[in-house]
Amino acid sequence: MQNYQTQQSTVLEILDAHRTMPGSLLPILHGIQDTLGYIPPAAVADIASSLNLSQAEVHGVISFYHYFRDTPPGKHTVRICRAESCQSMNSKALENHAKQVLGIDYHETTADQTFSLEPVYCLGNCACSPSITIDDQVFGRVTPDKFDSLLAKFKGA
Amino acid sequence: MTRLFISRDSTALSLGAEQVADAFTQHTADRGQSVEIVRNGSRGLFWLEPLVEVETPQGRVAYGPVQEEDVAALLDAGLLEGKPHPLYLGNIEELPYFKNQNRLTFARVGITDPVSLGDYLANDGYKGLKNALALQPAEIVKHVTDSGLRGRGGAAFPTGIKWNTVLNASGEQKYIVCNADEGDSGTFSDRMIMEGDPFVLIEGMTIAGIAVGATQGYIYLRVEYPHAKIALNQAIEAAYKNGYLGENIQGSGKTFHLEVRSGAGAYVCGEETSLLESLEGKRGLVRFKPPLPAIVGLFGKPTIVNNVISLASVPIILDKGGEFYKNYGMGRSRGTLPLQLAGNIKHPGLFEAAFGMTLRELLYDYGGGSASGRPIRAVQVGGPLGAYMPESQFDTPLDYEAFAAIGAVLGHGGLVVHDDTTNLADMARYAMEFCVEESCGKCTPCRIGSTRGVEVIDRIVADVDKAKNTELLRDLCDTMLCGSLCAMGGMTPYPVLSALNHFPEDFGLHPTKA
Repeated sequence: MQNYQTQQSTVLEILDAHRTMPGSLLPILHGIQDTLGYIPPAAVADIASSLNLSQAEVHGVISFYHYFRDTPPGKHTVRICRAESCQSMNSKALENHAKQVLGIDYHETTADQTFSLEPVYCLGNCACSPSITIDDQVFGRVTPDKFDSLLAKFKGA
Repeated sequence: MTRLFISRDSTALSLGAEQVADAFTQHTADRGQSVEIVRNGSRGLFWLEPLVEVETPQGRVAYGPVQEEDVAALLDAGLLEGKPHPLYLGNIEELPYFKNQNRLTFARVGITDPVSLGDYLANDGYKGLKNALALQPAEIVKHVTDSGLRGRGGAAFPTGIKWNTVLNASGEQKYIVCNADEGDSGTFSDRMIMEGDPFVLIEGMTIAGIAVGATQGYIYLRVEYPHAKIALNQAIEAAYKNGYLGENIQGSGKTFHLEVRSGAGAYVCGEETSLLESLEGKRGLVRFKPPLPAIVGLFGKPTIVNNVISLASVPIILDKGGEFYKNYGMGRSRGTLPLQLAGNIKHPGLFEAAFGMTLRELLYDYGGGSASGRPIRAVQVGGPLGAYMPESQFDTPLDYEAFAAIGAVLGHGGLVVHDDTTNLADMARYAMEFCVEESCGKCTPCRIGSTRGVEVIDRIVADVDKAKNTELLRDLCDTMLCGSLCAMGGMTPYPVLSALNHFPEDFGLHPTKA
């Protein structure tokens, strides 16, 4: 885990950039996660004092939203859709395959820090289920074989 | 210069559209052929994506589905002149799936370059705003009321009434909030509009702002839609630069500002009051109603909260008049609904039709039956909180009242098709599990009820006190239905009870004793 001191200037810059924005907490949290990959727990105090909120309130917001994370992700984040449309096209088999191939469960990161695995509830790609995303790219009609070849591609990248 | 059209829609991209576009750029350059590749939205015939269209003197000729390895052969065959090839589809607008739609809201999607203001203006864009600017606010609202438009987000509340409440509310500052938190499985029409014709949403929100005196708008967009965010921001920038957003819109003296805000993966933020809390920077906890958001909304000010499709339907209403729109549909369901065919279906896609066609027509005449070739067993309409409809209900017309009459919901118009390999007890359990995962936690029936619901279903399936637990499940559903603060807990019983009532055998129950 990185030392917060090296990240603090980034956090303070983001806080400063959003100072006048109404309802700025979510944009701030997105800004931090986009830049650092996660929201360091140590940043909560800075965010709280900047917005005049209690640390509990800030923590409560971070923990409420599935998208925010407080630990560093692997190099690539794999999200598998668990919603009904993907289930109708056997996403359960894909989920089991992914967990087995990666050797991890949801919300975990591989030991080599290459992949994090997260569930997602609908990617709006229901016309070609099952769907996954790897980082910002969405893939449709993902079979276990296609999953393996995508993984190989991203592993090299 | 020959123009090619290759979609930038997420679904097309998920099937390789980017690689196809790159291959065309590469191969035509190698051959010294001069082409312009327009990255359009999708026509919504997703089994044909990635679709490539070429502009010829005879109109736009389509090929699909195209993969990057097909590109050289397509060019060899004379794609640039619209010549035959095994992937040749002819004029896509002549295919029944496209031809038999009533495309009002989606008129431009798949046809224009989504982020080109010039394309938008050349295809009837901003005509609605132009008319609105010449009207009094109450007259704009009257057009929307006359059109019969009801909220396309699910609750189906009359849009004109909502607007009128905000118009008559007093307040120095009012807001227009677009609920773009389309999180229902099987729905993608919001995404397709935002990626395929973002200006129509921007225009609809601007008209709403002018109608009720709101100068600031927010689009609350799900974080799962990165491509929609890019398209919206590109279009918003172009609108600002050309005087369609900001101060003194088109010299009218009217002001409207617009900004996209990202959600963070909470399904419940699709509920309007949770969404407002989230926009204010808080946890997305549901608010008690009253007061209505129309009176006390974002930052405590009068606020219109409308779904993407509702707002995107406004420009054509203001362009052609409320009566024009009202002439489509049946009963109290007026206009068109962009239906979305998803899941286990041969021809998945977006089908915009006037209210009134039956589920069966849509599933078989256009959807082509299941993708697996097995019998269709159940269709969940209206998202994860919608009922599972058995084959005996497929003749129900797509109409809000007709669906309500059989304990189903039309919602956002999404259809998720399941074949006979799906176990409906599993789906009922998943509905409760989803509620556990996504409940905001504010009210007890939803927070605790969903957890108990998973346990009770497990006991029924495991054959523990079957009769007693089935009764308990019904009782629990009743409590959630009547006692929850919002649709999250209040509608989770729909998929659960419909599965139990129509597919009791999956719970190990005798069909007549369920």
